[in-house]
Amino acid sequence: MILSIQDVVKTYAEHIALDHVSVDVPKGHIFGLLGPNGAGKTSLIRIITQITAPDSGRVLFDGAPLSERHVNDIGYLPEERGLYKKMKVGEQLMYLAQLKGMSRAEAQSKLKDWFIRLDIKDWWNKPVDDLSKGMQQKTQFIATVVHEPALLILDEPFSGFDPINANMLKDEILAIRDRGTTILFSTHRMESVEELCDGIALINHANVVLTGEKKEVQNRFKKNEFEVSFVGELLGETSSFDLLGMESSQDNRRKARIKLHEKVRINEALGELIQHVDVYAFQEIIPSFNDIFIEVVSQKK
Amino acid sequence: MNKILLIIQREYVTRVQKKSFWIASLLAPFLITAIYAIPIWLALRDKEVKRVEVLDQSAMFEAKDFTDREIQYQLITGDLETYKKTFAKQGFSALVVVKKNILEDPRAVQIFSEKNVSLPLKSSIEGIVQNKIRSVLMQKAGISEKVYADTQVDISGETITVSEQGKETSSSSGGAMILAGVMGFILYLTLLLYGSQVMNGVIEEKSSRIIEVIISSVKPYQLMLGKILGVGLVGLTQFLLWIVLTIGLSRVTSALYQPEVKKEVRSIKDKKVQEAVKEVDKSDISPMEEVSKVLASTNIPLVIGCFMFYFFFGYLLYSSLFAAIGSAVESSTEAQQFTFIVMIPIIISFLMAQYTLQDPDSSVAIWASMIPFTSPINMMVRLPYGVPTGELIGSMILLVLGFLACSWVSARIYRVGILMYGKKVSFKELSKWIFYKG
Repeated sequence: MILSIQDVVKTYAEHIALDHVSVDVPKGHIFGLLGPNGAGKTSLIRIITQITAPDSGRVLFDGAPLSERHVNDIGYLPEERGLYKKMKVGEQLMYLAQLKGMSRAEAQSKLKDWFIRLDIKDWWNKPVDDLSKGMQQKTQFIATVVHEPALLILDEPFSGFDPINANMLKDEILAIRDRGTTILFSTHRMESVEELCDGIALINHANVVLTGEKKEVQNRFKKNEFEVSFVGELLGETSSFDLLGMESSQDNRRKARIKLHEKVRINEALGELIQHVDVYAFQEIIPSFNDIFIEVVSQKK
Repeated sequence: MNKILLIIQREYVTRVQKKSFWIASLLAPFLITAIYAIPIWLALRDKEVKRVEVLDQSAMFEAKDFTDREIQYQLITGDLETYKKTFAKQGFSALVVVKKNILEDPRAVQIFSEKNVSLPLKSSIEGIVQNKIRSVLMQKAGISEKVYADTQVDISGETITVSEQGKETSSSSGGAMILAGVMGFILYLTLLLYGSQVMNGVIEEKSSRIIEVIISSVKPYQLMLGKILGVGLVGLTQFLLWIVLTIGLSRVTSALYQPEVKKEVRSIKDKKVQEAVKEVDKSDISPMEEVSKVLASTNIPLVIGCFMFYFFFGYLLYSSLFAAIGSAVESSTEAQQFTFIVMIPIIISFLMAQYTLQDPDSSVAIWASMIPFTSPINMMVRLPYGVPTGELIGSMILLVLGFLACSWVSARIYRVGILMYGKKVSFKELSKWIFYKG
């Protein structure tokens, strides 16, 4: 575990932001931190980045209690981006890199690599003001990762990127993960969770309501539902499953969603189907994170 | 610690790189130099000699009585009415009539002119006529000119301060007052100027949202301290530039003017000027002497040391408050409702300094120079007049304690404020932040 959050409580004057929250983030994972607005994600991130301290509970970083020396091992891209508008891109990145403990020479050579890799060499002497929003986002991303932190915290990293740059960013994130960096990834966009994350934690009303490996969480939310593609008529009562929905498609072929009755094995249901219709495809329905999110969050209310 | 240095460096470099910094740094010395150089230049330039006709009906004046550097007098005789019509046409700027009864009636001098008579012309004529009439009257009364000259004495008192140890120093209260006023005013300006620069810097970081990135790398108090020190250094740099440039420029201008001024002085053989020179010699206090006297009677290292001390800690105290205000708001306009609470003590201490300047040992002055908020300006105003060592040390200790208290409060407001968006804050809210947990 690179990060182990244990029983953390944080209260602000008016409300409880985190109520005995525990989350473990395995090393080398892309870990999704999910939850509706105001659930406590930002409060948790601010505790990990040591912007604020928890009222109680502890945070372990790589096994040791989180302390000031870990600041340089963490890269943080906040949801609300910002740079010094009047400063030049190169100067600014040098400054931010040095604040993360890099030496001048080190920062310079690493930044040069990034400028070449992202093909933005001619930005070095431009004031940030002259850059487009997307260019500023790229600059900020470099600022977050240049010191090669062991833990990268990205809060809604894709907002403000066009599809091409978003793809490029995605590739960069995966490449960084493959180099061994752990990424804590906070987002509302469930399709990117499915695409990128290895594990998740869902926070709602200051509590962790769901956490685990991506596959395992999805399995937990399977409802024993299947999608069948067939030709023929599927009418009346069936003994092994319920018909949930049906849609027709071209060439007489139809698609139906079925839910198996309890303790019915797949082959039993398939056997019953074969008696009535010609089955072309039979597939388990894996719940999307969108469905899981909505189910969990609305349930809690 | 290393990170604070980085922050100081950034704050310093970005400000010093700005054009506005150099404009302000260069313009001020030019303005100061211009303020005294232009009148000199004009005086030397203005060679146009005015010609004035004098119709002497009293027949007491000789041509040599009417001599002046800038005005050429011409004694005439004849009919007043005809001259009245012609003097302007012949290029004379004025016609002066000294009437017969001038001895009895001091107002028996008339000046005719097309335009309004300039003040120097009027006083030149009055001076000449007055001197003549005075010497005539004295001769009538049997007083010789020598006796008159000998009775012209100019009393000028010497002020001496006696220290606690009984050491006597000749002091110059006029000079001390100027020194005190200048130092008080500089402190007043810089506290306001650089304090609000700190505030705007904090607002910029907050409104551009870079703040969250920075404080995930450094502690909020490090950022605040780095900013305050960086801006303070910019202030010191500007001081230095002002001093060096002003001295340099005035050296250059006076070197340029020196030969001309000397020539001018040599060319004036005028009796009146010679008299004036004699008078200056007689009196104890020439301007240069005054300055050197102030410098001799003040303890220069002490004054400079204290000035640095009070500038440094006064600036730290106020700018930490400005930083706290900047952290609580999202724009400079929004800041205005809070800045008055910091401006008021600065303005009050400036107003109190006026009293202190008049009466540096009054109880108001002593209190003002002890209370941390008013002490920087007021102690600097008192200092040239001499301050007991105990009071000075007490005031310094209080100022440092005041700074520590203010920066503690400010840092606590700051660390909450910089992350607070979309919320109109009140003073009540601010005071709550002080007691928030880490």
